[in-house]
Amino acid sequence: MTAVDKIVLGHGSGGRLSRELVEDVFLKSFFNASLSPLEDSAEVRFPGGTLAFTTDSYVVTPVEFPGADIGRVAVCGTVNDLAVKGARPLALSAGFILEEGFPGALLKKITASMRRAADEAGVSIVTGDTKVVEKGKADGIFINTSGIGLIPGGRKLSSYSVKPGDVIIVSGNLADHGVAVMNARDRLGLEGNIKSDAAPLNGLVEAALKVPGVRAMRDITRGGLATVLNEVSGACGLTAEVDEEAVPVSSAARNACALLGLDPLYVANEGKLVLFAAPGAAAGILKALRSHRYGKNARAAGRMLKEKKPQVRLKTSIGGSRIMLMLEGEQLPRIC
Amino acid sequence: MKTAARGRFSSPLWRDRALAASALSEIARLAPSAAAKTGGRVNFMEVCGTHTMAIAASGMRGLLPKELRMLSGPGCPVCVTSQGDIDRVLALAAIPGIIITTFGDMLKVKGSKGLDLHSARERGADVRVVYSPLDAVALAAAEPEREVVFIGVGFETTAPVIGGAVVRAKKLGLKNFSSTAFFKLVPPALELLLSDPENKIHGFMLPGHVSAIIGTGPYRFVAEKYRVPCVVTGFEPLDILAGINMLLKQVISGKPRVEDEYFRAVRQDGNPAALKLMREVFSVSAASWRAIGAVKNTGLVFSGAYASFDAVKRFKIKYAEAPEPKGCLCGKILLGKALPSDCRLFGKACTPSNAVGPCMVSSEGACAAWVKYGG
Repeated sequence: MTAVDKIVLGHGSGGRLSRELVEDVFLKSFFNASLSPLEDSAEVRFPGGTLAFTTDSYVVTPVEFPGADIGRVAVCGTVNDLAVKGARPLALSAGFILEEGFPGALLKKITASMRRAADEAGVSIVTGDTKVVEKGKADGIFINTSGIGLIPGGRKLSSYSVKPGDVIIVSGNLADHGVAVMNARDRLGLEGNIKSDAAPLNGLVEAALKVPGVRAMRDITRGGLATVLNEVSGACGLTAEVDEEAVPVSSAARNACALLGLDPLYVANEGKLVLFAAPGAAAGILKALRSHRYGKNARAAGRMLKEKKPQVRLKTSIGGSRIMLMLEGEQLPRIC
Repeated sequence: MKTAARGRFSSPLWRDRALAASALSEIARLAPSAAAKTGGRVNFMEVCGTHTMAIAASGMRGLLPKELRMLSGPGCPVCVTSQGDIDRVLALAAIPGIIITTFGDMLKVKGSKGLDLHSARERGADVRVVYSPLDAVALAAAEPEREVVFIGVGFETTAPVIGGAVVRAKKLGLKNFSSTAFFKLVPPALELLLSDPENKIHGFMLPGHVSAIIGTGPYRFVAEKYRVPCVVTGFEPLDILAGINMLLKQVISGKPRVEDEYFRAVRQDGNPAALKLMREVFSVSAASWRAIGAVKNTGLVFSGAYASFDAVKRFKIKYAEAPEPKGCLCGKILLGKALPSDCRLFGKACTPSNAVGPCMVSSEGACAAWVKYGG
């Protein structure tokens, strides 16, 4: 691992460089038992039980895109970070950094969208903060949300609990969010009606947890499935083996990725999770996921294996196999 | 850009497991007879970087018989762009007021002093990634006080698109748009490889996209003069397996010719509209190849009524050939004389986030593919 010399865009990509930044700077400075597992939410004990606590900042251009906007993503992202730890969201905060000149009507639209997403998740935004910076010092609007949730007694979901033989389940089609944002940002004119999947997943999580046998869940955001699996593999010390054909990706998103030279396994999502299920429980959990509106396309996509050198591996559709590393830097569109 | 038209080019059928298995068993059956003809090992070169990536991404290398080796060729546009040309790009980026527009993969390619467009941007240069050179023309129209320079690199695939952008800029009367013309031509590159008596290439998997523009005719000399089999091939896993099959059969028959596996996209005479546009905008010239040097008649420059759109001439940027990094085998890898694993820097001093040579920098470079997908 190299020490962070100067911040580059790749440090915000959610991939390997982000991980290095967190480990080299933040973990070293802030080290404590709640932070160090580096999962989607921290567990904080208090006399009555365990809280999940998480925070996330949202910067996206454009602020509106097909299927969602920055406000919906800001609420869903934090709700999902709580949900995948098995927590029931209790309350959210919202902090806004606004650039001088940002249209008031658009701000109202964004906050209305946040309210709708929060209502859907059954949580309130109970505190907030606003700062305005001079024109040119920010890109329109940045939003930070934090959230707390209560982890019911007996629930213990963690990447460190994943066991050999566990089934890797993906909750739905991957890559829609990243492709929709890229299409809107760069006016690519891609057809296929690809929309952001941003959605609060706490309802889906509760449905899955009704079936015993869920060992861990992660939400699949920046860096895509490949990056999340690398983090889980690193935590539990097991190989993650994924079947290319079993990974759910819509044909519209697959074609868009092919055209742009992107790998759907590395593209961001805002309404998908990956779940690690005990082998005997996988079928029941899949059924529960599929009965929920945000889990209709859920599929068993692979398995965890005990191997001497743990890795993340893709079994390709033609019967080959290759490794999947963490996202390296930014995903850049290619020349030809 | 439309996705609808792509459906027939990229359907799940082209990744079908059962069809792949039968193609692979046919390859396993043919490889020993082909190897007997070539003296023990059959070396095929996939000329195009997109093939290199597709082979690695599908995990194909491990499924091929031991008699057969796939070598990566000089067809990755970033990889073959010389350090001297990157230095010229950086010199353009350093001119105050210029907006550099570029395809994303060029951002991380380092010049002779270890700098790239990424670091130029950190130092204050205005560098913007675009998906199409037409976006750069639109930017020039929208910002008439700024000079907009597009970094034109690539082969016969990107040249007509950038040529089209320059035609558009001329029609719009834009005085503030220009482009570099670091274009390279595939058939002369093949001739360059073949004219080396040490080459051990027994067949070329020819690039599908380039061939969609130039057709199959320009490759005939490879089969006729150099007696090396050629198959124009598509980019899906089954395309590539079919291409290998056809090459093996040509080797065994001893009758080299130019075949077209990618006939759903490639016509014998190519794309006449694109070829006409290229003749109008460009003329053939020398080009500077990474790790190879300047070679006559292997590139394109803006000519005639379009000569004034050449950014290097407009801003009087000088050229100096720069030496290659020490220990880097990219030159040999581009010529099919070495594999990434033969390089002492590979995976140690040279990694995707700290790339020494161009084959590691480019997302379609042979070394990057080997690291990313595990060879």
